[in-house]
Formats: sequence, C-alpha cells, structure tokens
Amino acid sequence: MNRKNYTHPNPNPNYTSNNSMQSLHFIQALARINRAASKPTTPSCRTKQIRHAAYSSMAYTSGSRRKWSRALLIRLRQRQRLRARRLLTVRRRVRIVTPAMSLPEEPARAETLRRLVPGGRSMEYCNLLEEAADYVQCLRTQVQLMQSLVDAFSS
Amino acid sequence: MSSRRSRISDDEINELISKLQSLLPESRRRGSNRASATKLLKETCTYIKSLQQEVDDLSDRLSDLMAGMDDNSVQADIIRSLLSS
Repeated sequence: MNRKNYTHPNPNPNYTSNNSMQSLHFIQALARINRAASKPTTPSCRTKQIRHAAYSSMAYTSGSRRKWSRALLIRLRQRQRLRARRLLTVRRRVRIVTPAMSLPEEPARAETLRRLVPGGRSMEYCNLLEEAADYVQCLRTQVQLMQSLVDAFSS
Repeated sequence: MSSRRSRISDDEINELISKLQSLLPESRRRGSNRASATKLLKETCTYIKSLQQEVDDLSDRLSDLMAGMDDNSVQADIIRSLLSS
C-alpha cells in the first residue's frame, strides 16, 4: 500500500506529512476526550483515555503499512471492546507464546525486543529490526508532540 | 544453517542494526562504530521502555492540565501548538 504523500514545498525538512497526520489525529482525540468530560471522569480514567489516544494516533498514522501498527490497532480495539463490556480486569494475562521465529543464532536480547514491539513475536529477525526502528521513530514523534502540548498548556 | 537464515544476508542485518543505532539518542550510543548486536538490542529495548514510560507520564500531565481548563482556552492552545509544531 502506498503512503499518501502530497508533495508541497516544505520549509522544514524535519517536518513530514506523517508527523502532521499524527499530530492532527492525536489533537482531535484530545478534543473528543475534552468534550466527553462533561460526565464525571476520574483523573486516572482520563489518563488512560489520553494514553489510548496517543497509541492509536501512532498506529493510525502508520496504518496498515507496518506490522507493528496493525498489531497495535487490533490490540487497542480489543481492549476498547472489553472495557466497554467491563470485562477488562487487572490481572496477569495468560500469554500463549508461539514457538516463534527466533533462531538459535539470534542474540538473546531479541526476546525482549519481540515483547516490546507490538506484534513482534511472530516476526522474522530481519523484519523485527526494521519494525523496531519504525516503532521507535513513531514513539519519538509522539513523545515530542505530547511534550509540546504540555508546554503549550502550562504556559 | 537453516534455510530461513540464508535468505537474509548478513549485510542487510548489519544495515538494519546501524539504522537502529542511528535512531538511539547520542547519550546511549557507545563510542565504537561497530557496537555488538547484543549491546545495541539491549539499548534499543531500554530506549523503547523509556519512551513508553514517557508517554505514560505525559498522558498523566496532560490529563491534569486538561482537567483545569475551559473550552475556549483549550481550543486556543491547541491551535497555537498545531501551528508551532
């Protein structure tokens, strides 16, 4: 699937169209959360909503191009459905570990990376590295975005 | 050697590893150009965990900040930060 890239002269080379999509999506989600705040929400509930919005704007921006974003979208929707039905309780999830693509020659640390990157368990080592790099980039953008919002709101 | 491994050349893996290395912030990079794959993966894991922790912390702070706002100021700030980001 091709990325939707409209090319217009961009004065800031660090600022990609993906970044602006991510910002826009997140801010729209924040506005929704703010509007819905007329019914009483606890602070921790709002924190969770904001966190959910952060990860979903990351996932939507990469969309179906990346395995990690697809896995993350699925996970977010499952959690949303379970939460709506009040079935999501805080307890240790039983993880079914698939016997996996980790070959004996791989460094042991790949196991941790597989757990950290969404959908990492079933990736080949080569894809895992590529997906991890993309995931890190997206996380960084999200953190920068949230930091600048915090700065804007607290001035 | 399994047939899976032979599809992906060592060069490609090295390239991906150096790409990952370039994404890590300066302070986490070791001085040597050819950091061992294990060290690099460990640094990447640490970095991902710290980024995820930052997302949680910033969500918390945003939650507090948004709680004490009325609609008008939120919109103004949102527009301001959109334009300056």
